[in-house]
Amino acid sequence: MALKDITLGQYFPGTSLIHRFDPRAKILFTVLFIATIFLCKNVVSYGLTLVALLVLIAISRVRPKVFLKGMKPIIFIVICTALLNLFYTSGTVVWSFGILKITEEGLWKAGFMVLRILMLIACTLLLTYTTSPIALTDGLERLLRPLKKVNFPVHELSMMMSIALRFIPTLIQETDKIISAQKARGADFDSGGLVQKAKALIPILIPLFISSFRRAEELAIAMECRCYHGDEGRTSLRQLVMAGRDWGLLVFSIALCAGIVVLRCFGL
Amino acid sequence: MSAIIRAEHLTFCYPDEPAGHPPVLDDINLEIEAGSFVAILGHNGSGKSTLAKHINALLTPTQGKLFVEGLDTSDPENLLAIRGKVGMVFQNPDNQIVASVVEEDVAFGPENLGIPPAEIRQRVDTALKMVGMYHMREHAPHLLSGGQKQRVAIAGIIAMMPRCIVLDEATAMLDPEGRRETVETIRTLNEKYGITVVLITHHMDEAAQAQRLIVMSGGHIIDDGPPNEVFQHVDTLQGAGLTVPETVRLLYELRKEGLPVPLDAISDEACAAVLADLLK
Repeated sequence: MALKDITLGQYFPGTSLIHRFDPRAKILFTVLFIATIFLCKNVVSYGLTLVALLVLIAISRVRPKVFLKGMKPIIFIVICTALLNLFYTSGTVVWSFGILKITEEGLWKAGFMVLRILMLIACTLLLTYTTSPIALTDGLERLLRPLKKVNFPVHELSMMMSIALRFIPTLIQETDKIISAQKARGADFDSGGLVQKAKALIPILIPLFISSFRRAEELAIAMECRCYHGDEGRTSLRQLVMAGRDWGLLVFSIALCAGIVVLRCFGL
Repeated sequence: MSAIIRAEHLTFCYPDEPAGHPPVLDDINLEIEAGSFVAILGHNGSGKSTLAKHINALLTPTQGKLFVEGLDTSDPENLLAIRGKVGMVFQNPDNQIVASVVEEDVAFGPENLGIPPAEIRQRVDTALKMVGMYHMREHAPHLLSGGQKQRVAIAGIIAMMPRCIVLDEATAMLDPEGRRETVETIRTLNEKYGITVVLITHHMDEAAQAQRLIVMSGGHIIDDGPPNEVFQHVDTLQGAGLTVPETVRLLYELRKEGLPVPLDAISDEACAAVLADLLK
């Protein structure tokens, strides 16, 4: 098992315009774009949103193949949704076989639903492909900062997130080591039924848990030694700056959303 | 030179230990000069790590006092000030790196101190250059070797601009190459930048590089002096469960056999020279 080959997050480093946007602008854009997708009703609005998304994907210079790969896990859901909509929408029948019938409305609806799901996934993938996990955490912390007024632990959450991100590869390496060590002592992970295989995981998970707790304690002490005392009076090496282009992205997403709402009012 | 660290009748017992159990540290009196390179040597359970943890107020004395530049470690008010003055590097480099990018991790300490971003940038770059890791500033820590990780951890401490660095068995988990890298780095820090270094170790060859050697056993300081002096007390060292460097042991055995050799030739070269003289 080549556990160490797993890449952290799904970030593809790059220098495109999309990569250089402020993470806050990108997060807000993603949220607005998702709202826009749900506001779409017909060919015109779907078409407009799709074109906007495709243009952004093209600008990001992340290969389309990567996006298709990212959509693979949800292919089953997409097919199910398509079939359900296809066969269970009433209207003008265009084709029937026994109890199965396909209506014109069903065809449209299925098409829109599939498009909607694919666009939802594609726009979130665009965010995670072009934004490093650290930038994402930073952006989220800054965006959620107003919630601190109601005692929501924003800084603590983002610190937990970044420590989790930092330790995922370390724990993966450790899991690799434990598996090898157990195999060297004759443990068998590959044969037997499901129950057998699940049981075989116990000798991996227990040492992993114990060492994680030990790591957590040592890390806490090390952080304390480096004067960590929460976010009170804390500064940051990386400063997030909303440049003109970031505001541009926001204006664009608001305009797109508003445009779709207007189209909806005209029944388009 | 003035003392940066001063322990006065420092005694420490773990609170959950049964009464009558001997204290981990027993009436320690110690002064460490600013700018010096001190090694604290001892077997497991000698109290050397416990002493180290007192220096930056991770533990506070049960009895007695410990002062860092005149600040009392048992006063909680002084905690941040003391930890800003004394940085600590631990054994496992993996468990002291906080961020997933090297330079981010080095910035962690200064960020906690509330240094302005532009100055953090400067400090991070300087610190990484000092430990020779500047070219890897954008790497992920888990892809570095043990020695490199430990150098990043040291850079993280330097960026806080402490007066003193305590290394608590910082080389114990490293391979020989990593150990050499780490020891070389801290020697440079001491010699070039005048940072006080307290090196806790059980490796004789590392301890030999210090200016002053403190030997601990059973919570007491049993020997204290320059390495070439301390290494001559072969019996004391062996009594504390420590092995003296091979060179000194050889000379010690020769001397026991009645040969007129000095004991203070620690390095391989010095020892070889002594033996060559003897054979003439």
